[in-house]
Amino acid sequence: MRLRFRRRRLGQFAIAGTVGAVLAGFTKQAMGQSTPQTPSKPEVPADPNSYVDVELQINGKEQMLKIEPRVTLLDVLRERLDLTGTKKGCDHGQCGACTVLVNGRRINSCLTFAIMHRGAEITTIEGLAKGNTLHPMQAAFVAHDAFQCGYCTPGQICSAVGLVNEGHAQSDADIRELMSGNICRCGAYPNIVTAVREVLEGKKNAAV
Amino acid sequence: MNSSDMKSVVGKPLNRVDGHAKVTGAARYSAEFPVAKLVHGVTIQSTIASGKIAQIDTRAAERVPGVLLVMTHLNAPKVSGEAGGDRKLPLLQDNQVRYSGQHIGVVVADTFEHAMQAAALVNIRYDEEQPALHLKEHLDQAYVPQGKIPRDQPPDSAHGSVEQGLATAAVKVEQTYTTPIENHNPMEPHATTAVWQGDRLLLYDATQGVFGAKKKVAAVLGMPPENVRIMSYFVGGGFGCKGSTWAHVVLTAMAARQVNRPVKLVLGRMQMFGPVGFRPETMQQVSLGATREGNLTALRHAGTSITSTFDEFIEPVAKTARMIYACPHIETSHRLVRLNVGTPTYMRAPGEASGSFALESAMDELAYALKIDPIELRLRNYAEFDPDKKLPWSSKSLRECYQQGAARFGWQKRNPTPRSMRDGNTLIGWGMATATYPTNRSPASAIAQIKADGTAVVRSGSQDIGTGTYTVMTQIAADALGLPAEQIQFELGDTNLPETPVSGGSQTAASVGSAVHLAGTEARSKLLQLALMDQASPLYGATAEDVIAQNGRFLLKNKAANAETYGAILSRHGLKTIEARADAKPGEEKDKYSMHSFGAQFVEVRVNPDSGEVRVSRWVGAFGVGRLLNAKTANSQLIGGIVYGIGMALMEHTVMDPNRGRVVNADLAEYHVPVNADVPSIDVIFVDEQDPHVNPIGVKGIGEIGITGSAAAIANAVYHATGQRVRDLPLTLDKLL
Ligand code: FES
Ligand code: FES
Repeated sequence: MRLRFRRRRLGQFAIAGTVGAVLAGFTKQAMGQSTPQTPSKPEVPADPNSYVDVELQINGKEQMLKIEPRVTLLDVLRERLDLTGTKKGCDHGQCGACTVLVNGRRINSCLTFAIMHRGAEITTIEGLAKGNTLHPMQAAFVAHDAFQCGYCTPGQICSAVGLVNEGHAQSDADIRELMSGNICRCGAYPNIVTAVREVLEGKKNAAV
Repeated sequence: MNSSDMKSVVGKPLNRVDGHAKVTGAARYSAEFPVAKLVHGVTIQSTIASGKIAQIDTRAAERVPGVLLVMTHLNAPKVSGEAGGDRKLPLLQDNQVRYSGQHIGVVVADTFEHAMQAAALVNIRYDEEQPALHLKEHLDQAYVPQGKIPRDQPPDSAHGSVEQGLATAAVKVEQTYTTPIENHNPMEPHATTAVWQGDRLLLYDATQGVFGAKKKVAAVLGMPPENVRIMSYFVGGGFGCKGSTWAHVVLTAMAARQVNRPVKLVLGRMQMFGPVGFRPETMQQVSLGATREGNLTALRHAGTSITSTFDEFIEPVAKTARMIYACPHIETSHRLVRLNVGTPTYMRAPGEASGSFALESAMDELAYALKIDPIELRLRNYAEFDPDKKLPWSSKSLRECYQQGAARFGWQKRNPTPRSMRDGNTLIGWGMATATYPTNRSPASAIAQIKADGTAVVRSGSQDIGTGTYTVMTQIAADALGLPAEQIQFELGDTNLPETPVSGGSQTAASVGSAVHLAGTEARSKLLQLALMDQASPLYGATAEDVIAQNGRFLLKNKAANAETYGAILSRHGLKTIEARADAKPGEEKDKYSMHSFGAQFVEVRVNPDSGEVRVSRWVGAFGVGRLLNAKTANSQLIGGIVYGIGMALMEHTVMDPNRGRVVNADLAEYHVPVNADVPSIDVIFVDEQDPHVNPIGVKGIGEIGITGSAAAIANAVYHATGQRVRDLPLTLDKLL
């Protein structure tokens, strides 16, 4: 169905081969099955309880971590680095609350392992503002009341910034469609559309 | 003494005061507090709906590195899940399984990953029993509830005799409507962080009611309430499921005690389908009788809903039928059927949302049977006073709502014949329904403190679950104190602050707002008294009536030059602060008036005749909700309620496996809630309404009325588009083929 496809799409490109392999290994382990899984990259140990060194670039800062390879990018942010602005709503790539930007592209950080993003430029909601000056998308969300409880909001904003970077949205209908990977249970959608439209138009005007 | 109304902050479309924190990720929700030595809890849930745990093998789980505890009924400390009122909680006290998804164990480990891994390794063998899972199969066991429906009303009511009213009716509609189990699914999962400090317990909890949580947790654990502190500064949505304290909250505290470390426990999305409440399945019979002219002669609304085998929750579907239309013969009833499910709970407009689907669909059917416009039918039965309580309304603007909503929507252009309106091949339908929700209020307290630097702090327990409490309370305090909103810091979400009710029943603005208003006003008059009696003050000798408060200054009405700042008064008296506390409670108004918000919902749907797909393409909702505290956040609240209604009407449905009662669509890919592309622009009209009676600040609740009538308006529009009357929610495309 249309709905389901839309929700899953964001997640799809985040599941790369490595994730599949590690995940399969973990699932088998967790289920108590014994077939060993050969990881697709030699640097990822088969034992999920062994630790690896990972260096990540988050909001322009180097972060050195010693983590198990199965730790998701989302859990690294929230549980290891106290970057709790990125939210966990489902942990299954179905809600968009965990959306962050990796090299400017929006991804669901719950569907990807931190170890896969060595060398990438990761931006979270905490990295969007310049000091006290909000990113235009953040400012537009405040001005148009594009949230209520605020829990989906960091994901919505990162997703919206990604949408602007993609450059495909031409109309409100496009914005609605391209923002449909981010669920807002408070139902702030009409205001989200207004906020995103304003930033898109501002960008167009600025480019003229 | 007045703060000049021209400068009133209340009503202004102020941006949310917590907006900056929310858009930068600085707002911390309950799972986000960096507590030293924190470890992670994960619950294990039953996979059968009824029976006993015969064996539970935790050895493999205990061998996972970092695991500190596997707590099951075999080693859990003794507590009483029934103590302290509220919900009865299964807390690992026996091997009984009462529903699928019941927490039957808790694993605590150093990391989330280790806890998850270990939880998956716990091996459980059950002695399974045949569960009761289907309302329709157990209707013969329906019983009269022991409890009351909200506002302390008995489950049944009768005015006149519906039999008699039906006998004299020229036209009758007698139909059954059904609604499914729905899950709240706030975006923030339930989360608790438990920190023991000696015999004191601190809980960061995702709750709609910090004080309720404190009482329940203390009672269950057998602790003095003053030893429990609950904090909840930001809540990522509630919609009712965070209104009660559920088992995982107490289990987290129990586990933290066992491991002697702070424990954080977050329910996974899938784990929220069962142990934290849901909107129960209902079956509702509505009988309407009317004269040819469309005057109601009989109205009966009989609801049966499901509850758990061990606790009782009544979905008060027929509550609205008692007061919404003038009719000489009105009967309502509520019955319950016990099933092997978790205990249901309040979900946004409990009763009104599900009940209005049935009643307002039936009214549409009656309008068609009589060939009367549906608005006209409602106007002919307009209740000029509350037909149940026989009390006048504190205020009612429903006529204006019908009128203004219809005008904005263009209702007069509607051709009432089903399937008469098309856009190419697409069928167009226009539907409407009445919305209503009671105005509730509970006792609440607040403290307002003016400081020598000209700022103020206002404190009140309470919660902001996205409803804008931080913002509207700041506005109320600004007016009461005569200070600009930027000078006020409003604090909430902590049981160390003055006591307030649960954020439920759309009552926070009325309850907490009244307390904030009174505390602010009192603090300001205390300060003014100091000045009026002080020879050194330019206000000396004047009376309070001569003075206005503005921007942190008092000035004489007739001689603005005689003015003094709050700071100056305090410093001259050597005071750092001056404060006042208010304990506000509802008065006699509820015995003198019936108090409700009203509204009218208008919706356009577009139906694909080949696939049966329904899209909502246009929405106008007109509401009379008393005084608006903040036009911007109020608009969002109403939109949010309507979006929740779109979900209820078109997609939300928790599906249970018919044998074991496991929820088969327990995630956000399979349990559909509206996404951005499902929602059109929504036009909310606030009908101007002054209500001098409801409470000191004249507000009615707005959090829930938006969903009421929504599902019926959509179902009525779908009938208009297709000629098919769907009486079973959700209105999915298969029902139109
Ligand atoms: S999509 Fe990642 S938490 Fe929901
Ligand atoms: S603001 Fe609450 S979920 Fe979007």
